[in-house]
Amino acid sequence: MSLLEIRNLDAFYGDFQALFGFDFDLEEHETVAAIGANGAGKTTLLRAITGMVAATSEVLSYRGESIQSREAADIVALGVAMVPEGRRLFPSLSVEENLVIGGYSGRPGRWSLERVYELFPALRNRRSVPGTALSGGEQQMTAIGRALMSNPDLILFDELSLGLAPVVVKEIYEVLPVIKAEGTAMVVVEQDINRALEVADRVYCLQEGRLALTGAPGDLTRDRISAAYFGT
Amino acid sequence: MIEWVNSIVQGVLTGGLYALFAAGLAIIFGVMRLVNIAHGDLIVLAAFVAMVTIETTGVDPFVSMVAVLPFMFFFGYVLQRGILNYTLGDDLLPPLLVTFGISIVIQNLLLEIFSADSQRLKAGPIEVSSVELVEGIELGTLPLIVFVIAVALIFALQIGFSRTRLGRAFRATSDDPSTARLMGINQKHIFGLAMAVSLVLVAIAGIFIGIRTNFDPALGPTRLLFAFEAVIIGGLGSMWGTLAGGVILGVAQNIGAKIDPGWQFLAGHIAFLVILVLRPNGLFPRTRDD
Amino acid sequence: MTSRVVHSTRASRIGMSVAAVLILVLLTVPWWGDRATMRLLVEIFYILALAQLWNLLAGYGGLVSVGQQAFIGLGGYLLFILVIFLDIGTIWTVPMAGILGAVISLPIAFIVFRLRGHYFAIGTWVVAEVFLLGFAQVKALGGGSGMSLPIAAIKSIAASRADRDATIYWLALALAVAVIAGIYLLLRSRYGLALTAIRDSEEASRSLGVDNFRAKLMVFILAAFGTSAIGALIYITKIRITPSAAFDINWTVTIIFIVVIGGIGSIEGPIVGTLIFFLLREPLAPYGTWYLILLGVTAVAVMLKAPKGLWGLFSERFDIALFPVQRRLLLGTDDKPG
Ligand SMILES: Nc1ncnc2c1ncn2[C@@H]1O[C@H](COP(=O)(O)OP(=O)(O)O)[C@@H](O)[C@H]1O
Ligand SMILES: [Mg+2]
Repeated sequence: MSLLEIRNLDAFYGDFQALFGFDFDLEEHETVAAIGANGAGKTTLLRAITGMVAATSEVLSYRGESIQSREAADIVALGVAMVPEGRRLFPSLSVEENLVIGGYSGRPGRWSLERVYELFPALRNRRSVPGTALSGGEQQMTAIGRALMSNPDLILFDELSLGLAPVVVKEIYEVLPVIKAEGTAMVVVEQDINRALEVADRVYCLQEGRLALTGAPGDLTRDRISAAYFGT
Repeated sequence: MIEWVNSIVQGVLTGGLYALFAAGLAIIFGVMRLVNIAHGDLIVLAAFVAMVTIETTGVDPFVSMVAVLPFMFFFGYVLQRGILNYTLGDDLLPPLLVTFGISIVIQNLLLEIFSADSQRLKAGPIEVSSVELVEGIELGTLPLIVFVIAVALIFALQIGFSRTRLGRAFRATSDDPSTARLMGINQKHIFGLAMAVSLVLVAIAGIFIGIRTNFDPALGPTRLLFAFEAVIIGGLGSMWGTLAGGVILGVAQNIGAKIDPGWQFLAGHIAFLVILVLRPNGLFPRTRDD
Repeated sequence: MTSRVVHSTRASRIGMSVAAVLILVLLTVPWWGDRATMRLLVEIFYILALAQLWNLLAGYGGLVSVGQQAFIGLGGYLLFILVIFLDIGTIWTVPMAGILGAVISLPIAFIVFRLRGHYFAIGTWVVAEVFLLGFAQVKALGGGSGMSLPIAAIKSIAASRADRDATIYWLALALAVAVIAGIYLLLRSRYGLALTAIRDSEEASRSLGVDNFRAKLMVFILAAFGTSAIGALIYITKIRITPSAAFDINWTVTIIFIVVIGGIGSIEGPIVGTLIFFLLREPLAPYGTWYLILLGVTAVAVMLKAPKGLWGLFSERFDIALFPVQRRLLLGTDDKPG
């Protein structure tokens, strides 16, 4: 049984349709990249998985259990965590409180404050400042740590590298193997195609709300990817 | 001179009560951006619930809290989840108009059941006892107790907000409701709990009104205005701001009453409007922008 | 799509014709109607006009005021001040109260516009309380116990009682028609689109280049103008004024219930709401309190289940608009509803 199975997903913002008949699969422990131009529907896909956007589908199941019309909070409790676009730390919470609230649903597992600080030592000294007082890279680390605190089996990363300096991006991407080694499945949404291809077992390329191309990075040529990315 | 000092001291004591009214309003505004127009009527409702409890069981008003507080907690949770959650969204009209309708319904139901007569919760000899601070300044024991409890409650709320799991969930939801849901926070439940906590404060405030002064079904709207004014004067930075707002309002009213009894409430409203013009974000605003 | 436009235009043309005939018939009432009917109609006219003005404020301007009684009472007191202290002809006080009310609304706007959204609502209420408590302090106006119009001022309207009743009746009818026509024309003008855009989304309208502040201020002043003028008219019919009655929140309660139940954000809604209010009030008057409770429960239910009110239900079902003005822009929302 796959971890996540999506068949024929349509997603809507009011009258506007952002995804059209989308199919998506994810196996346990697998890392999948979702790439596509701005506005292609990548964020919407992640929102549909976490129940944050109005969506209909034939199948939307997590470990065989339908999550079609479940509350976001319930889906998170099943072991899905999101690192949202733009980090979205809580400004009135300190860094440590931001991490702690990641574990709100109380799912047991291997992650703890201590282990998050081991993974991101820079955060330890900054634990009591407001989340918004951090640099962009530290904010991204906090957002990742916050997601880990829920002990997820699946993490959805939205635009990890957006707005960060290349050295910081490198540092952030270095923790993905550590998370993967815990057996956590990942969906990595990226505009930086090379980064995405490096970490992914498989790639989904979205174009204007539809699936344009999918396959293993090794099987796809650059030309096919850029054709799918930009549309030809 | 000492009479003026006395007015101010009495105003401070009244202000503690106003801060209690305001704290409940501030919590739900903070957590879900809802201004509950029925807030004042819920205070009066709580006073009547206490009155019935006292009449049927013969307990002291303070003891009646054992029943009234859980009742109002439950009432708040059900009100939020049963009705108010369905009004929340981008549009400001539904929550305003629905709480406005609820306000009128509560007022008139109370009027129908209990008549327009003034009521009072009898607390026994403590009502008339007082302590003399210095010559010319006498503090009623009851107002003093009410003030101390109000300050203690505000202190407890502040701690609760900053230190507990529920407090964090309140703050996170207030900051960014959709990201809070991604943390596994059930928004509808959190809103229900916020209203429940608000109505516990309302219940305490209602019982205190009942033992400090008279109350009747028509009292709600003015209490709503006092609560609202205290919240705005204090700014939305912290519960301490709300306490300060209540105290400033209480002092302004007492000074007004000292000048002319007809000026009591007028002076409070004018103080509020002046502060609104001079400091639109209140005296202790939130430091960050939102 | 085309047929739809034609359809509503025809409905609106029929609506206009019916309205014109109705106005003509209403104009003749003083010649055949009895005194009680005329009094009831006068009340219906001014409540309808007040409801339309509140709908303009809240339904189009997004300014949910619960303090419009400030202007009703102000208009009433201006009547007494102008008549007694400045010797102005009684009827003339109506437009003058409107103008003065509009002028006084400026400093009020300066204060309450500092409060946004929900807070604005309660801020306007505080202002109304200040008026209530303030006028109660003015000894020259009778303080808390108020005052009555001098006989001479009443007589100055017209010599005979029948003529007075007719004059007041026509004045009330003219005010109601003028308010509805004025709002209709305003909403059909380019300001109308600006207002609708603001009501639907402050942010979106700003990005469309709409000056929110100016548009809202204009609506606030216009509503103050109309409401104050109607306030003067109301107290010409009532003859006696007291602060607690003139600045009673129940004015606004009634208006809000009428608009919400009839349908907020349309011109037809307040008309429907006013008719329902008066139709139900006559038989239910003996139950006093219960009538208010019933209205409150109905308003809450309407807001939850049919936020566009009874007229909204009806016009959606049959796709009819008698007073077509630009409709709401629908924008996507961030989250799933609920
Ligand atoms: N809150 C929203 N309301 C309306 N439309 C939206 C909203 N969010 C995204 N969209 C639209 O949905 C489409 C997909 O957006 P998104 O999923 O954010 O794209 P991506 O993440 O790939 O850049 C875009 O056309 C975007 O304009
Ligand atoms: Mg995106």
